[in-house]
Amino acid sequence: MRPFKLWQQAAIAAKVFIQRDYTNGTVCQFQTKFPSELETRIDKQQFEETVRMLNNLYAEAEKLGSHSYIEGCLACLTAYTVFLCMETHYEKVLKKIAKYVQEQNDKVYAPRGLLLTDPIERGLRVIEVTIFEERSLTR
Amino acid sequence: MRNCEYQQIDPLALSVAPASVQNLTDKKAERLRRKWEVFPGKNRFFCDGRVIVARQSGVLPLTLGLIVVTCGLFFAFDCPFLVEHLTVFIPVIGGVLFVFVVLSLLRTSFTDPGILPRATLDEAADIEKQIDTSGSSSYRPPPRTKEILINQQVVKLKYCFTCKMFRPPRTSHCSLCDNCVERFDHHCPWVGNCVGKRNYRFFYSFIISLSFLTSFIFGCVIAHITLRSQSGKSLIQAIQESPARYPLMELVICFFSIWSILGLSGFHTYLVASNLTTNEDIKGSWSSKRGAEESGNPYTYNSILANCCVTLCGPMPPSLIDRRGFLSPEESVPTVSASEIEVPSFAAKNDANMVG
Repeated sequence: MRPFKLWQQAAIAAKVFIQRDYTNGTVCQFQTKFPSELETRIDKQQFEETVRMLNNLYAEAEKLGSHSYIEGCLACLTAYTVFLCMETHYEKVLKKIAKYVQEQNDKVYAPRGLLLTDPIERGLRVIEVTIFEERSLTR
Repeated sequence: MRNCEYQQIDPLALSVAPASVQNLTDKKAERLRRKWEVFPGKNRFFCDGRVIVARQSGVLPLTLGLIVVTCGLFFAFDCPFLVEHLTVFIPVIGGVLFVFVVLSLLRTSFTDPGILPRATLDEAADIEKQIDTSGSSSYRPPPRTKEILINQQVVKLKYCFTCKMFRPPRTSHCSLCDNCVERFDHHCPWVGNCVGKRNYRFFYSFIISLSFLTSFIFGCVIAHITLRSQSGKSLIQAIQESPARYPLMELVICFFSIWSILGLSGFHTYLVASNLTTNEDIKGSWSSKRGAEESGNPYTYNSILANCCVTLCGPMPPSLIDRRGFLSPEESVPTVSASEIEVPSFAAKNDANMVG
């Protein structure tokens, strides 16, 4: 058993990075493989569910459908000035993702001493999971 | 890669200890800086981070100048004559095309082309941990590549020594701007910026509309001179009569630009239809070098219409560099040397975690 230490503020023990999954091309998807460093902290199912949900949200943002084509054609006709005053579909979904990450952090990860960083803050390259030092737990 | 010097990540420089956070909070009294002010690439920012251009604006002023001067001459000297003899729609069409061209050009030049932010220290250290390094820290490690499968085809990802990460597929590092750019097409000096994922559609609409504009002006000037010479005078007399021979200048500019612009438009139309970038086409990444091996483009949708829709009408990706975001107090002190931080036992524990 690791000795517990009392810290004024939580200290960072390690950081785990979930890399991108490019098997389907350049669309934004993350690997669902469960990292070994998190084995002691969180349930594998729970973590994979979070990553899967994020992948679905990013797929929704980059979806090619009538909505995106209309947006694209309208933008082209207005010489792309419409982007200056209108929020794009992608940006709307990014807001949804930010809310989801916040909600997951509050409900699931913070109680376990973990912190998810929104991938947009890392250039959509990785999902950064910060593992905090275990404080004295009263069980 | 010639300019990059390999620097190994110092694990002690990572993860600032809580004790030092108190020192940093004193600095909160200082003005909060925006992220564009500490951007590591060779770019210039205007309007408090809203507008981004490459460090060397290249020949962008020349491009703008040529377009404005040619159109100015057209409106001043050809339009009055043609409105009288042909139709009033000539300046209207010319005006619409001119506005479209200038807006597309400015959009291409001032938009972030899809710059990837550099890896954070923690991220870079994590990647280095995963790569096998044989040799001491003073020896420059061999070029690193990672092979992945995209749509059942093997693609090699290269490690970028400047940005300290494996480049995503179709990303390339522009040495002029010193940034990794997603879906890198080329660095265009005429536009003064890289052309990448986020501004390719603006670039394409710029060259297409410019082709139309130059062809239109060329046609109108020819019509102007022809109509003048039809009223009994010879061609030379007609040219001499037209105000100060400016239409000749327009003819020359348009004649030379038409060949290059039309050629470029044709080439990019081919690229759009086959979902390729100029970079990939020039390097021949997907051309079948060995007869036996089938190495097609893994990104194509195998339909011209689908490829065009994806490239030009796909969803607009966001800018990843967050130019106008504020730096958090910890981030605004980027290079904190290990000696300044009190990390006696913490560092040892950190090392133990990292090595294990």
